[in-house]
Amino acid sequence: MSRRVALEGSFAAAEAAKMADVDIVAAYPITPQTHIVERLAEMVANGELKAGYIPVDSEHSAMSACSGASAAGARTFTATASQGFFLMHEVLYWVSAMNQPVVMAVCNRAVAPPQNIWADYSDAMTARDTGWIQLFAVNNQEVFDFILSGFRIGEDARVLLPVMVHLDGFTLTHVIEPVILPEQEEVDRFLPKYQHPFVLNPDKPMSYAVISSPDIYSETKKAQDVNLRQSKEVALQVWNEFGDVFGRYYLPIDRYRCEGAKTLLMTMGSLSETAKVAIDRKRARGEDVGLIILHLWRPFPFEELYQAVEDAELLIVFDRCISLGGPGGPPFSEVRSALFDRRKDIKVVGLVGALCGRNLSVEQFEEMIDRGREIAEKGSKEIFETIGIRG
Amino acid sequence: MADKESKTVSELTWQDMRFGNIYTKPGSAVRLKTGDWRTERPVVDKEKCNKCGLCWLYCPDSALTPLEDGYYEPDLDYCKGCGICSHVCPKEAITMIEEEEI
Repeated sequence: MSRRVALEGSFAAAEAAKMADVDIVAAYPITPQTHIVERLAEMVANGELKAGYIPVDSEHSAMSACSGASAAGARTFTATASQGFFLMHEVLYWVSAMNQPVVMAVCNRAVAPPQNIWADYSDAMTARDTGWIQLFAVNNQEVFDFILSGFRIGEDARVLLPVMVHLDGFTLTHVIEPVILPEQEEVDRFLPKYQHPFVLNPDKPMSYAVISSPDIYSETKKAQDVNLRQSKEVALQVWNEFGDVFGRYYLPIDRYRCEGAKTLLMTMGSLSETAKVAIDRKRARGEDVGLIILHLWRPFPFEELYQAVEDAELLIVFDRCISLGGPGGPPFSEVRSALFDRRKDIKVVGLVGALCGRNLSVEQFEEMIDRGREIAEKGSKEIFETIGIRG
Repeated sequence: MADKESKTVSELTWQDMRFGNIYTKPGSAVRLKTGDWRTERPVVDKEKCNKCGLCWLYCPDSALTPLEDGYYEPDLDYCKGCGICSHVCPKEAITMIEEEEI
C-alpha cells in the first residue's frame, strides 16, 4: 500500500533517489538544493540507503564524479542550482554525449548578480543545448515521480541519456505538500536493476569520447540529436507504464480546461497551479480560456504542442526567464518558432515575469491573459512584454 | 556499433554513430591518420645514427618504427612533425625538413 505523507520537495527528491536505490551520490551543497543532499547524506550515514556518498570540492567535481561512477556501472544521482549548475556546465556535455544516464535534481534559482537565492528559470534554460532530457515539475508529487521515471527513461537501452528534473527553488524545495510514496516492492517492479550495455571493465577495454576530426564530429552530433529526439517515444511508454503501476499518468504537455478554448496560456513549473485558479475564474465568467503546462522541455515536444493548440487562435507564453537582448524568453521564442510554419493563423505572445522568486498572484495571471489578448489585437511596441515589473 | 568499428572514418554515416562516443574495441586511433597535420618531416641520416633508440622512446605518437637492421624509420601516416626525435637525438642524426622542400 502506498502512503500519503507530508514532504517538502527536497525530501521528496531524496526519497525518490533512495527508493530508486542509487549506488552513488556525488554533490556539493548550494541553496536551495541543500536539503536534498543533506537528507541523502543522512540516509547513507544511518544505513537507510546503501550507496557511496562522495563529498566533492565543487560542482565541476560533482558532475565529473557522477560521470565516472556512471561509466563504472553505478546508478548515479546529484542535485544543484544556479551558480553551482554553471560551474558543472562543461561536464554536462560530456555526460550526455557519453550516454551516461545520471539523474540530477536542479532546484531552479535566478542567476547572480544581483546576489540572490530565489526561483526562476535563468539557470535551467542555459542547459537546453547540453543534450540532457529536461523535465519540469509542477508540485512535489511530480518531483518524486519524475525522478523515479527519469531513471527508467534515461537508463532505457534505446536512450542512455542523463535527465534533469527541475523543481522551483523554495516554492517546491522548501514547501511541504502531501506526497504519495509507493511501496518499495512497487518501485522495484517499475524500475529494474541498473544495467548499462557499455560499462568500463578492465577485462573488456572500451574508449569513451576519443578525439574526433572534422570528418566525423558532425555525424556524431547528428546521431546524438536524433537519439535525444527519439527518447520522447520512450518517455511516453515509460509514463504510461508508470501510470499503470502507480495510478498517475504524465504527458509532455498537460492540458487544463482547453476544451473549446480560443485563448491558451502556457506555463511551466509551480506557478502553473496559480495559473489554473486564474483559468477557473475566467471560465466561471464564461471566457473561453485554457492552460497548457510544459513538462518536457528537452526533447521539445513539437507534436504535442501542435495538438494542444489545434483549436486555439492565441497562445500566451509566460516565461520565468529573461533572455537579455534576445527574442523573448526561451520557451516563447521556441514555441513561436515551432508554430511559425505550421500555424499562420495563431498569434503567439510572450510575457516575462516572476523573476527571482517574485510572486505572481491569480489576479496577475488574469491580467496576463487580458494583456495578451490586447497585444494580439493591437500589437505591442516591445518584442515581448513583462508582467509585474515596476516602471 | 559493429559498423562504426569496422568502417574507415570517411565511410561512417550518422546512422553508424548511435552512442557514437563509445568505442567498444581498443585501437581506434590507428584509423585516424594524423600525418597530414605535419609541416616538417624528420629525416634520418643513417651515417650518424648509432641505433640508441631514444627517438623511438620519446616519440609521443609511437610514430617511429624499429627496423630489422636496428635503425628507426618515421611512420609518416602518424608523425605530426613535432621534432622531439630530432631534439633528443644525441648524434644529431635526425633533421627536420620543411614538407614543402620535399
